[in-house]
Amino acid sequence: CKKDALNLKPTNDVTADVVYATPAGYKQELVKLYATYALTSPTGSDNSDIGGLNAGFADFFRLFWTSQELVTDEAICAWGDTGIPELDYATWNTDNQFLRGLYSKSILQITICNEFLRESTPEKLASRNITGADVSAIQRYRAEARFLRAFQYWVLLDGFGNPPFVTEEDAIGKTNPKQIQRAALFAYVESELKAIEGDLADPRTNDYGRADKAADWALLARLYLNAQVYTGTAKYTEAITYSTKVINSGYSLKANYKDLFLADNNLNNTENILTINYDGVRGTNYGGTTFLINAAINADMSPASYGVPSGGWGGNRTRQNLPALFPDPNGTVDKRGIFFGTKSNVDDIGVFTDGLRVTKFKNVTSGGVTPASLNGTFSSLDFALFRLAEQYLIYGEAVMRGGSGGSTAQALTYVNNLRRRAYGNNSGDVSTLSVDFFLDERARELYWEGHRRTDLIRYGKFTGATYLWPFKGGIKAGASLPAYRNLYPIPTADLIANPNLVQNTGY
Amino acid sequence: QTGSVSGKVLDETGLPLPGASVVVKGTTRSTSTDADGNYKLAGLSNGSITLSVSFIGYQTLDKAVSISGNATVNFQLVPDAQKLNEVVVIGYGTAEKKNLTGSITTVGAKDFQKGTITTPEQLIQGKVAGVNIISSSGQPGVGSQIRIRGGASLNASNDPLIVIDGVPFSGKSIDNAPSPLSLINPNDIETFTVLKDANATAIYGSRASNGVILITTKKGGTGAPVINFSTNNSVATIAKKVDVLSADQIRTFVNANPTAAYDAGKTFVSLLGKANTDWQDEIFQNAFATDNNLSIAGKFHGVPYRVSAGYLDQQGLLITDKFNRATGAITISPKLFTDHLKIDLSLKGTLTESHFANDNNNAIANAIQFDPTQSVTANNQFGNYFEWLRADGTLNPNAPRNPVAQIMLRNNNGNAARSFGNVRFDYSFHFLPELHANLNLGYDVSKGAGRIFVPAFAATSFSTNGSSTQSLNTSNNKVSEFYLNYAKDVTSIRSRFDVTAGYGYYDNAKTNYSFNEYSATGVLRTTPKFPFSVDRNKLLSYYGRLVYTLADKYILSGTMRADASSRFAAENRWGYFPSVGFTWRIAGENFLKESKAVSDLKLRLSYGETGNKDGDTVGDYSYLAKYYSNSNTGQYQIGDTFYDYYAPSAYDPDLKWETTTTYNAGLDYGFFKGRIYGAIDVYYKKTKDLLATVNIPVGTNFNNNLITNVGNMDVRGAEFSLNFAAIKTENISWDFGFNAAYNKRKVTNLTLNPDPGSKQGAGDISGGTGITIKYNAVNQLPGAFFVYKQVYNSAGKPLEGVYEDSNGDGVVNSSDQYFYKSPDPKITLGFNTAFSYKKWTISTVLRANLGNYVYDNVSSNFGIKNNILSAAGLINNAGVDFLNTNFTTSQYLSDYYVKNASFLKMDNLGLAYDAGKLFKNSNTNLRITANCQNVFVISKYKGIDPELTDGIDFKLYPRPRTYTLGLNVGF
Repeated sequence: CKKDALNLKPTNDVTADVVYATPAGYKQELVKLYATYALTSPTGSDNSDIGGLNAGFADFFRLFWTSQELVTDEAICAWGDTGIPELDYATWNTDNQFLRGLYSKSILQITICNEFLRESTPEKLASRNITGADVSAIQRYRAEARFLRAFQYWVLLDGFGNPPFVTEEDAIGKTNPKQIQRAALFAYVESELKAIEGDLADPRTNDYGRADKAADWALLARLYLNAQVYTGTAKYTEAITYSTKVINSGYSLKANYKDLFLADNNLNNTENILTINYDGVRGTNYGGTTFLINAAINADMSPASYGVPSGGWGGNRTRQNLPALFPDPNGTVDKRGIFFGTKSNVDDIGVFTDGLRVTKFKNVTSGGVTPASLNGTFSSLDFALFRLAEQYLIYGEAVMRGGSGGSTAQALTYVNNLRRRAYGNNSGDVSTLSVDFFLDERARELYWEGHRRTDLIRYGKFTGATYLWPFKGGIKAGASLPAYRNLYPIPTADLIANPNLVQNTGY
Repeated sequence: QTGSVSGKVLDETGLPLPGASVVVKGTTRSTSTDADGNYKLAGLSNGSITLSVSFIGYQTLDKAVSISGNATVNFQLVPDAQKLNEVVVIGYGTAEKKNLTGSITTVGAKDFQKGTITTPEQLIQGKVAGVNIISSSGQPGVGSQIRIRGGASLNASNDPLIVIDGVPFSGKSIDNAPSPLSLINPNDIETFTVLKDANATAIYGSRASNGVILITTKKGGTGAPVINFSTNNSVATIAKKVDVLSADQIRTFVNANPTAAYDAGKTFVSLLGKANTDWQDEIFQNAFATDNNLSIAGKFHGVPYRVSAGYLDQQGLLITDKFNRATGAITISPKLFTDHLKIDLSLKGTLTESHFANDNNNAIANAIQFDPTQSVTANNQFGNYFEWLRADGTLNPNAPRNPVAQIMLRNNNGNAARSFGNVRFDYSFHFLPELHANLNLGYDVSKGAGRIFVPAFAATSFSTNGSSTQSLNTSNNKVSEFYLNYAKDVTSIRSRFDVTAGYGYYDNAKTNYSFNEYSATGVLRTTPKFPFSVDRNKLLSYYGRLVYTLADKYILSGTMRADASSRFAAENRWGYFPSVGFTWRIAGENFLKESKAVSDLKLRLSYGETGNKDGDTVGDYSYLAKYYSNSNTGQYQIGDTFYDYYAPSAYDPDLKWETTTTYNAGLDYGFFKGRIYGAIDVYYKKTKDLLATVNIPVGTNFNNNLITNVGNMDVRGAEFSLNFAAIKTENISWDFGFNAAYNKRKVTNLTLNPDPGSKQGAGDISGGTGITIKYNAVNQLPGAFFVYKQVYNSAGKPLEGVYEDSNGDGVVNSSDQYFYKSPDPKITLGFNTAFSYKKWTISTVLRANLGNYVYDNVSSNFGIKNNILSAAGLINNAGVDFLNTNFTTSQYLSDYYVKNASFLKMDNLGLAYDAGKLFKNSNTNLRITANCQNVFVISKYKGIDPELTDGIDFKLYPRPRTYTLGLNVGF
């Protein structure tokens, strides 16, 4: 036989040159970048992009949510899966599989964005005879790829502080990435978001599900609000500047708070700025809103009424602190409080019925219809990574913290816009504002949307003993956490694999 | 001046031995005895010659003869229990047992395990030192985990290479059949030859790191047709059930905990049923099997032939489980051109039909945990099987499903067909008879097809209206091999040269077809992206062997193989696998030659390198930079459109062979004409460039894990075997066989930058999600359990959630986990004995494993209060271990659940009556056998079976106790 008879090719797989042969191919691969944060794998819910992590756990949003909510007063989980109790207690160690998963998934998306950027350089486009309007369309795709990369670097900046750093300059191979320091990463994310601004679509002009200028500004606003934590230097003025840009981009609050979290939230949505899109048939995954909904209910709560007739995993509830922030836990006054159950106190973590269930996410449309689902568990509810309400709150908090370019009066207007929607009238209006007010108001407006850990850290309440919540530090009454826990550790596995990395202080 | 020599060759009782070989030593002159044991060699030069007479099973006898005219010399041979002159197949050729240079063990039909044996590898379970064969479960036709010397790999395959009549088995699975080997009828097998050290295996190069098993099938006869019919009929019963709480115990427990309630305001007490159901009794049955085989062997117009047919019909212990197999085989072995061209043609075909009772043994798990106070049936919309309902009458989606319904309301049928065969030409050159050319062409094609149907009303998929799916795959494997062999005795320098050089080409392809999936009502649910995909790999090889024998005592052998695999990039494609062995036949030295006590003594020393590239994790195309398509359940919505896309795969372009270096020292011994014989071997194996899925620096590839060449592993071990013919008289014989093996594997590195703290998950448990209990970790046994040290109270009861702060940092967290034991047995023992008195034979086979540990996942998962009183609004059962722990929540990572699973098993107890010739002057032979398999297990382990392939006990399909009656008629 001939020697090249040993060069076999897979049946259905192709090379990069085939994938990127046409402008349509570039569009598909841009979609792939978005799909990466919506799916555990391109091949469905049983597979995982992340090695060494169960496919059910390997979804970006599920991991992100776990890192932002489970370790705080807003959530607690009944399951004994390795690593979960330690997150409930906020006593994770450097091996925690969920933290390793988040770190890996974020960097994976960065790596894939880098690949897209390598394949879409002007030289590559020229070599593939792509010209004219297609080139400018791809220019915009590149800006979106850089946005998605910047978003993931923000996740790493916020969670891990000093992650490995790779860009499109780093080819695929075995060269160990260098570690970037938190302040430098902040500067990088900031510069990227500013650099791509001009290439992104104007607010609300892009396809649903794609990032535009408003998403870029919204992330900048979030970044600046936390600049003090990330770099030691406050940037509240910039937070006001960019949240204002978003607010003035033509978004408006959706009339009913609860409608934000129903399965038709992709339609006529004036509030959401960038969403992760889920589908119960064509884009299935055990994370995302499937996780948010199913983990918060069990069979005894009539899963069908939440749009997941076969579901209900009985895991997540809130600790008593969150309902306590509301005038009443039944949501009759402040309609944002959407809870289920009768026992607020969490006495036994392992008992699902200890603690109120958060049922604001439902796989049911505003018309009461349950979307099609492959197994009666997968949800089609989209999740908003950025929505207008957060920008109102960023604006207000930044004003209260001394940023310039905004006004308390304007902040009050924004806050009361939110509260009027919540109360249905002006009975909940506030007339004064304080920095601390915003921590509580953010919890009421944004609970379980992936903000809490960042917020508590910004307020200096996550570690230390100024604020305790049940089982914080592993003790039912709550215990102080050492300050180093404001950052997550570099996962042991990567610390071993990559000798360039130095562990975060304290671990 | 020439003369001749003639005479008779007789056996020890004075009866003629037909077919004995008579050779003039140092020449190519030879003949064999006729039907009356007579031989004659004419045209011999006058003078002194040595005649050497040999016959299988007898000691070779040499006699000096002086030729002048016609001489008459008779020979009487004595049996050799050790069969030192038996010809044994080795890689690409044969060798006499006494000249074997590698660590090689053969097991012939006589020594096979008896009873109801449906897969070939089961025939030699417990028979060979260092070879561990564990049937995966008790399912009919199920495969086994075969480990020779423990396995040399981590993530790549640890399965040995299996070669049937020179045709290597591809190792790719055949779907819709219980196991690939189940498509081979054990009744067609003549011998197993197990090659263990590198001197024996290295000629198989890149596929040899985990040892090689050569299977020789039965060949044609020597004369008039001999018809053989055998029938084995058996009943299999459940040997042991999982010990769970009784219905009354559950009732007592629930009534004693009346306050526990869940959301809807109901109490658990109100959920209790009135029945006393043993769910395991409901899903298991006594299983019947009948295995019938007919063969005809003989010689037709000088051409030996054998035709055989077999039919097996076997039920499983699990209700509805079934395995049917029809097999046929033909072999013919013509010789042409005055025996210069020998042809062996062998064709085999198999059809199987299976009904698979349950998906992934979930019904077994549910039978363990299902509430025993509920009855099997109920009046409802789920086929009238009891199911847990919610307060509003709808199905409780969090409940375990009724195990009987899971089986009865699921129809999973599979069919498989396989044909394999080969034709081998062996040509001895007319002008140079010492030179042989051997051409072997083989094929192995198979097809597996199956359908699964679950009705819309079945609770298992009630919300999706049931399901209807199908599967189909085909495989097509081709082999062509050609080698030249030159064997020459050069008497002047008392030397023998045996040189082999060859070429091989192997093409393995498996095609998987994809189909739409429907609900039971015919609604389309998912569609595949591609109609099929082909996994294909090729191997191109050159190999050679030189065996140099000096003075019949000193044997130096070397082999070399060069393999090129399509699985690696062109630059890394070729792997070179050398071996060298030195053998000293001490028994041939003068000081032992005349010894009455020592009949064989042989020292073997060998060194060699072998490779490995197989295994599911390695894949066929892992080195290629490639993009793969999303599936139709992995699309993404932008705007109103769902997009398809491609995703880049992680890949290592530098992927290459895993290499194992083996050092082996062995001693073969035989005493008292082979009445006692055996071997001792010690070995050290070192695997480098392990094909392992490891953590790579995140950000360097399209995954954080990558299959690459990282890591090292050491294996050390020793093996001992002893065979003893204690009594050998005309009416009584009593044989013993004993083997023992010690094996210890250790991971020595796992990362590109060696780090003693690195570990990689190697086994998850059931219960939670992603709970890893086994790890491959540096300086540990592969698959070691990584657990917390349980703290006990003064009464010896484990304290829930209380673990030792091993590192003393004041906090108990996962930094306190430690490596504790592993599923690897330290020592494996095999023992068999057969006692015959006249026509009666009683025999038994026992096996023992020492030092193997099992994680009791049944107890850790079910045996907690929160599972019995489930917050999902239902009651579950628990294993009796719950009574020891009384844990409320699961404590999966406690070392309490890692249990010593050392065991002693009686695999087989058999009685045979050999009636011999039924009538005077007729050739009809009759043999009646009765066997019991899986007779008893002695173990400290309380679970269902201490012998598990992965060391995690959860939902094992129990291995049955089987009673077989067999009848064998030959005429």
